[in-house]
Amino acid sequence: MNSSQKWIAFDTILRREIRRFLRIWPQTLLPPIITIVLYFVIFGQLIGSRIGTMSGLPYIQFVAPGLIMMSVITNSYSNVVSSFFGSKFQRNIEELLVSPTPNWIILLGYVAGGMSRGLGVGFIVTLLSLYFADFSIHSLPVTIAIVLMTSLMFSLAGLINAIFAANFDDISIIPTFVLTPLTYLGGVFYSIDLLSEFWRNLSMINPVLYMVNAFRYGIAGITDIPIVWAFSMVGLFSLLLFFLALRLLETGSRLRS
Amino acid sequence: MQPALSIKNLRKTYDNQLEALKGIDLDVAKGDFFALLGPNGAGKSTTIGIICSLVRKTEGVVTIFGHDIDRDFSIAKQFVGVVPQEFNFNQFEKPIDILVAQAGYYGIKANIALERAEKYLKQLGLWERRNEISRTLSGGMKRRLMIARALIHEPQLLVLDEPTAGVDIELRRSMWEFLKEINDQGTTIILTTHYLEEAESLCRNIAIIDHGTIVKNTSMKALLKQLDRETFILDVREELTECPTLEGYPLTLADGHSIEVDVTKGQSMNEIFIELSRQNIHVISMRNKANRLEELFFDMVEKNLIDAAGGQTDE
Repeated sequence: MNSSQKWIAFDTILRREIRRFLRIWPQTLLPPIITIVLYFVIFGQLIGSRIGTMSGLPYIQFVAPGLIMMSVITNSYSNVVSSFFGSKFQRNIEELLVSPTPNWIILLGYVAGGMSRGLGVGFIVTLLSLYFADFSIHSLPVTIAIVLMTSLMFSLAGLINAIFAANFDDISIIPTFVLTPLTYLGGVFYSIDLLSEFWRNLSMINPVLYMVNAFRYGIAGITDIPIVWAFSMVGLFSLLLFFLALRLLETGSRLRS
Repeated sequence: MQPALSIKNLRKTYDNQLEALKGIDLDVAKGDFFALLGPNGAGKSTTIGIICSLVRKTEGVVTIFGHDIDRDFSIAKQFVGVVPQEFNFNQFEKPIDILVAQAGYYGIKANIALERAEKYLKQLGLWERRNEISRTLSGGMKRRLMIARALIHEPQLLVLDEPTAGVDIELRRSMWEFLKEINDQGTTIILTTHYLEEAESLCRNIAIIDHGTIVKNTSMKALLKQLDRETFILDVREELTECPTLEGYPLTLADGHSIEVDVTKGQSMNEIFIELSRQNIHVISMRNKANRLEELFFDMVEKNLIDAAGGQTDE
């Protein structure tokens, strides 16, 4: 395949992915919006007004970047995991496997699809959050860069989960038992400065902490950890996941008999 | 001339240690209409899976129009179109979208893909249903959709794994006509089927695979020449209460109005008619009990089974 053909293949996968999540919008776009609105109402306004400030910010302003990031993470992940596993389950992944499309294009196509949904939902949630909280952007490049990298990383993670998954239970185990705890313990609702030293150190191995803090820095200009450190960690995790996902596609593990 | 498909010493052992292919060699000439037959579990689908890279081979070399599927996988895949046994398209998508997306995976531009999709959907009688959710199509339509999808990148080698399974006779025959037409236009076709009549009427060459080995690889004509005995059913006008006897021809009474007769090479049907006529039995119609290829197929598979058991039978 020449580069023009590879581009067509990538574009085809991406369009197919976007068409899929738009077609089933009541399952893909509506629930995260309702969930986030509820978070804003309960944590931001009802409880938040009693909490006061966190790291010098009104609680609703502190929690808003975390909630936006949470929707980017869960939607990037769940789009790829459900779409790729669905293709495996219905066996239409074979359409791609018999074609000359290189594995790295398949990988990029699915990841770009996941990022489209993650970023799309993130954008809608950001617009909604403006209704509940006043905030301006402290650093646009940091905000954009971290949201792109986060979406990329969790799309990759979703693809790996889908490759390993043998049934529908396997695609809900990771989001339920890994992703949700990581997100909730990743500094979305609190500053890690509130934790004792042991728990603070333990939190440092949670990649979500770096993303939420970097994003919060981009919006509000405050962070619990150095920004360069946050970008390095997210970059490193993304790189590792990219090569792992590519290796799995190259070997045909759980895709080819 | 370079073959369309060349397989050398192809072996496949699955993770559960099942040895599906035990070193098969096979050449399919360019332009051929080739049948790959065998009982269930013989290794047909594994062979096809390896050709279209859905199954990883354990050992051996496969080349498609001279391109090694390992070394030149991108080029080799451009030459092959595959119609699998099971439905493997997204049942929630529309036929037109499925075809255009498949073309995209081969790097074909959308405008060309749309033209081809229209051509093949029309040829296969699916154009009117192009915008319906695929799940709502009938079984025969789904099979035709998979054929259209396999042709969208205009491959030179089309591999069909039981394409007419579960398809009614009328539709099956129209699919035969379509396949003959594309074969006449130069596409090499490899077909696996359980309908031996299908293989006999469509294919010029044949390989029979059993227990992971090729037990026969020859032309259809040469194979059918090997048939030294056929069983015919003769429908007679008179109601028979006991089976007539004919010297040299074993007869059995199938029911009151039909007799089965075994005819070996060199024997004459005319003798049978004359002799029955003498006995005041009038034959009004005649047909083969089984398809000719079917008789040979069972002989060969049975022989292979006996050979595999070391020449011993249960008897």
